[in-house]
Amino acid sequence: MTRILILGGGVGGTIVANLLARRFKQRHDVLITVVDQTGQHIYQPGFMYIAIGGERAEHLRRPERSLLDKRVELIVGEVESVDEAALTVTLKGGRTLGYDYLVLATGSRIVPETIAGFETEAHHFYSAPAATRLREALDAFDGGRIVIGIAGMPYKCPPAPLEVAFLIESELRERGLRDGSELHFCSPIGRAFTIESVSEMATPVLAEKGIELHTFFNVETIDRERKVVQSLEGEELPYDLLVLVPPHKGAQFLIDSGLAPAPGGWLPTDRATLQVGGRPNVFALGDATDLPLSKAGSTAHFEAPVVAERIAAAVQRREPRAKEGTYRGRVMCFFEIGDGKGTLLRFDYDHPPTPPKPNRLWHLGKVVFNKTYWHTVPRGRV
Amino acid sequence: MTDSLLMTDAVLAVTPRVIDARGSFCPGPLMELIRAIREGAVGDTIAVWSTDRGSRTDIPKWVEKAGHGLLGVYQRDGYDEILVEKRR
Repeated sequence: MTRILILGGGVGGTIVANLLARRFKQRHDVLITVVDQTGQHIYQPGFMYIAIGGERAEHLRRPERSLLDKRVELIVGEVESVDEAALTVTLKGGRTLGYDYLVLATGSRIVPETIAGFETEAHHFYSAPAATRLREALDAFDGGRIVIGIAGMPYKCPPAPLEVAFLIESELRERGLRDGSELHFCSPIGRAFTIESVSEMATPVLAEKGIELHTFFNVETIDRERKVVQSLEGEELPYDLLVLVPPHKGAQFLIDSGLAPAPGGWLPTDRATLQVGGRPNVFALGDATDLPLSKAGSTAHFEAPVVAERIAAAVQRREPRAKEGTYRGRVMCFFEIGDGKGTLLRFDYDHPPTPPKPNRLWHLGKVVFNKTYWHTVPRGRV
Repeated sequence: MTDSLLMTDAVLAVTPRVIDARGSFCPGPLMELIRAIREGAVGDTIAVWSTDRGSRTDIPKWVEKAGHGLLGVYQRDGYDEILVEKRR
């Protein structure tokens, strides 16, 4: 029996499982198992639309079982450790699972508690409850200073804070609150966005919308008494409403098991083969890797066929096919600009994005993608 | 092989803490430096090794804004070394 063990039932883990199940549908000696913490598949890009866009949390969640090929075994449980010498994974509660091939699709987690005052003062949109609270805060907002920023890199869905700034600005105009409001956007680096071409597109949009850009603003402390956020660089910004992307980390058990370095916990991953630290039988994809790419479902989506091809080749004792078995850094994501317009970021390791002029088509593209996601992406159909 | 823009190696009396960010892309090297600055003490010297060409401009700009000291930018064998002193 060949055992393929996939940790994580998000976009990456689910697609890898389904692609392998399809490849090995005639092979009863190949066991494919997904371990997921909750057994619920969450469409995280939708969280932002709970805060701004009328989305509801229950629409963003489906049982992982319903998305997996029936040949894939699903175990709901939390991973405690990986023992590479014994080729085993131990779950909390003591259950031990053996593997021949291990796929680490464990995503990233938010750690707002690492910044004092974050949890009581700052809003965010990286979970359904937090996005709901942000919606309530926006409903109660009747003018003042809104500060939107990034309190740690890397983080999930790099365009999201800019999108939120643009969408909040549009909403304030629609509600007649724009004249009585100031919007500030804080970036930890020297420009609005990590990728230069996207920054060049977004910076004039910030200016047109009257959103003040603060670069090199690395959030250090939040002063609750004075309602001021302070940067490591020594800048202070007062706020009435504070929206910050929380710091992110990889799964703790990856650090504890020696697979990923502290403190970030991002897996050292080969940019082309997606193997972890040169190990022939361990692969990573999605947010869990240390690759210099967007932490986004789209990245996992395009990485999954590479992992599936490499494992299939190893099981079949053949060389991986060069094209299918090589990841070239492909990522594609929609980018909301506000006022019903959007643009598209499409890039790979060698080709930076050249976002088209924002228009209604790409906004609608995002709406349609969000609605059809369940029927296409997890099943490996696109 | 060393092409000093600001100073020579001989001026540096202490051994810097080395952040080897070679192979990491923007903003990786800057974020690594920021982490080291947060963890360090005033007076510490940090050497960032980077193969990302943007580091040559991004890191000095950040150092100036954050009120630290840029001790030098050197072209090494296949990477840049940027020396920074934590000043506050």
